[in-house]
Amino acid sequence: MSRIETVFANLDRPALITFIMAGDPDAKVSLDVLKSLPDAGADIIELGMPFTDPMADGPVIQLAGGRALTAGANMNQTLQMVRDFREENDTTPIVLMGYYNPVMQYGAVKFVDDAAEAGVDGLIIVDLPPEEADETLKAAKTKDIDIIRLITPTTTNERLGKIIDGASGFLYYVSITGVTGAASADLNAIKPHIEEIKGQTDIPVAIGFGIKTPEDAKNMGELADAVVVGSSIVNTIAESQDISKVSDQVKGLAGALK
Amino acid sequence: MTANSYKNQPDERGHFGPYGGRYVAETLMPLILEVEKAYEAAKDDPKFWEELEELQRDYVGRPSPLYFAKSATEKLGGAKIYFKRDELNHTGAHKINHCLGQILVAKRMGKTRIICETGAGQHGVATATVCALFDLPCTVFMGATDIERQAPNVFRMKLLGAEVKAVDSGSGTLKDAMNEALRDWVTNVHDTFYLIGTVAGPHPFPQMVRDFQSIIGTELKEQMIEREGRLPDTLVACIGGGSNAMGLFYPFLDDADVKMVGVEAGGHGVDTDQHAASLNGGKPGVLHGMQSYFLQNEDGQIQEAHSISAGLDYPGIGPEHAWLFDQKRVNYVSVTDQEALDAFQECTKLEGIIPALEPSHAFAHVMKLAPTLPKDHILVMNMCGRGDKDIFTVAEKLGVDIES
Repeated sequence: MSRIETVFANLDRPALITFIMAGDPDAKVSLDVLKSLPDAGADIIELGMPFTDPMADGPVIQLAGGRALTAGANMNQTLQMVRDFREENDTTPIVLMGYYNPVMQYGAVKFVDDAAEAGVDGLIIVDLPPEEADETLKAAKTKDIDIIRLITPTTTNERLGKIIDGASGFLYYVSITGVTGAASADLNAIKPHIEEIKGQTDIPVAIGFGIKTPEDAKNMGELADAVVVGSSIVNTIAESQDISKVSDQVKGLAGALK
Repeated sequence: MTANSYKNQPDERGHFGPYGGRYVAETLMPLILEVEKAYEAAKDDPKFWEELEELQRDYVGRPSPLYFAKSATEKLGGAKIYFKRDELNHTGAHKINHCLGQILVAKRMGKTRIICETGAGQHGVATATVCALFDLPCTVFMGATDIERQAPNVFRMKLLGAEVKAVDSGSGTLKDAMNEALRDWVTNVHDTFYLIGTVAGPHPFPQMVRDFQSIIGTELKEQMIEREGRLPDTLVACIGGGSNAMGLFYPFLDDADVKMVGVEAGGHGVDTDQHAASLNGGKPGVLHGMQSYFLQNEDGQIQEAHSISAGLDYPGIGPEHAWLFDQKRVNYVSVTDQEALDAFQECTKLEGIIPALEPSHAFAHVMKLAPTLPKDHILVMNMCGRGDKDIFTVAEKLGVDIES
């Protein structure tokens, strides 16, 4: 069983997925934050791969990527962070999230190989829809890396089948039409979509985008198998490099899901 | 068209060879598939073309003239030089060609709000113009740096009723404006149409914009046969994203004897890190919904472009150009800021035509190329925009203070 499957198999509550940007504000602090997340209550970690042109991200995550790049972040450093994390932790799944161009320049197949070797469990590539993902998907399958697919409020039923078809690990339901860190979604509007997805697959469903507070997490957790919190944690890192503040925030979120 | 035609691209998934495609977030995918459907339906609808052709004639002033540049021809002493006068279009550039086409598609789709990005402001002005014409609200995303260097166009857009949103992220230029427009589109996908300003973005935009711009080359073919009884020998056009060049080249792609030259913005030189020559100085990558050539570092981080011309200041290029570059069907060269600035002044004095800084790049190459060619060689340059908007930039570069 993969690390991701193990997490979902062992939990009788919604999982907490936390997002941080690799290398934000620099490699050392970012690694310390990463290492602190499981103890604070993160069940799965999404690690952002910095990119100059993050089209699907709001200002908070744009700025985080900018800070990381200014401090010298690159794809090798991101993979090294995962290796360093794995020296102490072999259970918490890490999902890399980012955009296709840095992956393409690294070489999609080589990247999947090196990511698997480093201890990465899944990949979310925001601008790589199923239609363009053949090479990456094929490579990922041979290395047991999950390609986490995004489903959005605009996804039609016809596309839903196509998306689920190549998905594994979990499905990421983007709760709003918008960028990361935007306003929260309306619970009642989401519910039928989640039910539709659940009717078609047993793959766990995570809800993300616009989830900021423990209360948001609790509400969304009632609908899904996991909730993703990103911008509000990244904001805490931006405001203070005090790891205990990040831990307190994550503890609060985790507590709301219990 | 034959199986070997250069005009068979893109394939049904929007690929020109390996380039193009649809690299967008899932939120946009269903909408982009809808745009494709709406465009395909429009193409087969004679009423669509009737409406577009009437607007092109009565509103834009097409066909644009084909002008024999006698003084430039004599001065340069080689090829016979013609200008395709798309700077005489309403709004002063070729951008209106694809704006009218796209807004008619948007209307067919029932969209009630238009957004666009702009660099030099020419596409923003053209979009604001068609939005005024069709009474649709318009939001223009423009880099903060560009707003500063293109103040007259910003004012024009506002007069036309558009909201101009300054984009501060990145270098505050065209690339960043496009990111922000895509973010807006993701957020307002239900009622909004993104009227893209060049042959770039996810499929079907590169194809759709090319098709609407092809009127340039189609008219030229007819005009040239009427004037000279034959096709031209060489076509020259400047390239940022590549819309005017694609419009000029496309109808001639299968005419093997017609040579084509795309002129990229070389900034301070392609061997420096201050240029916008994505083909000659970049490599294949993925950005803004498409695979194409981009200026980038080894890690795939996109690099800032530089050009004296805000309209060419983009670190990528349309995917069809990337494919034509690989196929070597079009020769892509670059000229520097200084060469473009010299050409701007030369063209103005020689022909009494103030070119935009964008086609000044094309003219700079014509100044190099024409003297090497025989007198019976027919060369056509696309004069894709007029230079009124650029006089402040040029004055500043020449050390002339015209604002005090």
